[in-house]
Amino acid sequence: MDFEPSDEPVALKILIAGGFGVGKTTLVGAISEIRPLRTEEVLSDRGIGIDDVEGVEGKTTTTVAMDFGRITIREGLVVYLFGTPGQERFWFMWDELSYGALGAVVLADTRRLTDCFPSIDYFEQRGTPFIVAVNCFDGADRYDAEDVRSALDLDPDVPVLLCDVRRRASAKTVLITLVEHSLKVLTASQSSS
Amino acid sequence: MTRWMDEEAGPVVRPYALIGGRTRSSGDALDLVALVTATGAAPSGGFVPGPEQERILTLVTGATSVADVASELDLPLGVVRVLLGDLQDHGLISIGRASASERILKEVINGLRAL
Repeated sequence: MDFEPSDEPVALKILIAGGFGVGKTTLVGAISEIRPLRTEEVLSDRGIGIDDVEGVEGKTTTTVAMDFGRITIREGLVVYLFGTPGQERFWFMWDELSYGALGAVVLADTRRLTDCFPSIDYFEQRGTPFIVAVNCFDGADRYDAEDVRSALDLDPDVPVLLCDVRRRASAKTVLITLVEHSLKVLTASQSSS
Repeated sequence: MTRWMDEEAGPVVRPYALIGGRTRSSGDALDLVALVTATGAAPSGGFVPGPEQERILTLVTGATSVADVASELDLPLGVVRVLLGDLQDHGLISIGRASASERILKEVINGLRAL
């Protein structure tokens, strides 16, 4: 290892995205200690009709509970995993979450593949490095990673892998695949500039 | 009366009472993984850190992320950002963010493999 003890502490952010109920929290819990985080967001028009504000018309913020996980690589080097809120109404939080993120894991469920389209669109547009991890649910048909890639119309360089987020070893492979991909993207951007 | 007050009922002191009803401060743009470290300076200019700010100062003797501070204090992120913003304005904490280099990413990959 070529790091000096005087290294500045570094905290990195990885996002776990995907549709509601696809296993984001399970993935974070399989590999790290989950901690609760409360945040509050300004109620936007996107919340209208969903948040019943009758009687509290003055209420302009709503509390959102999020989970995050922490993996200590060594003293002074910590990786944080943040599950992005699945429901569309919380999308306005994504810009903040994805700012400066190392990359994102988009979790997909083959029974509801369309649920991950918005996440993929989002990270493609922002230029955030991402991978697609297909969570193999019990009872769901198994597909090839390549079938999923073509169904999602992904760029050939976006890694796609099958996983079982309940298993720690599988969750580890997912994260390693993402960081390797981010490293590749970083190296490519440095050599082209 | 105590039976009316449990976790579900929320805090007895509303979070925004802790920060004088403000929702904005210089801490607004603090990233979730920005690292907060106490400078060890003494409060000056008439600024007296509140109890929550004292807790933050005790917590961040070593670099601590904004997310960890909020989770540790069990306060909403927006409230914590305001508290941190005040502390920063008065020079009691420094806030930094190092970016990921190739070397760091390789270290992360090796570290994840070793988990």
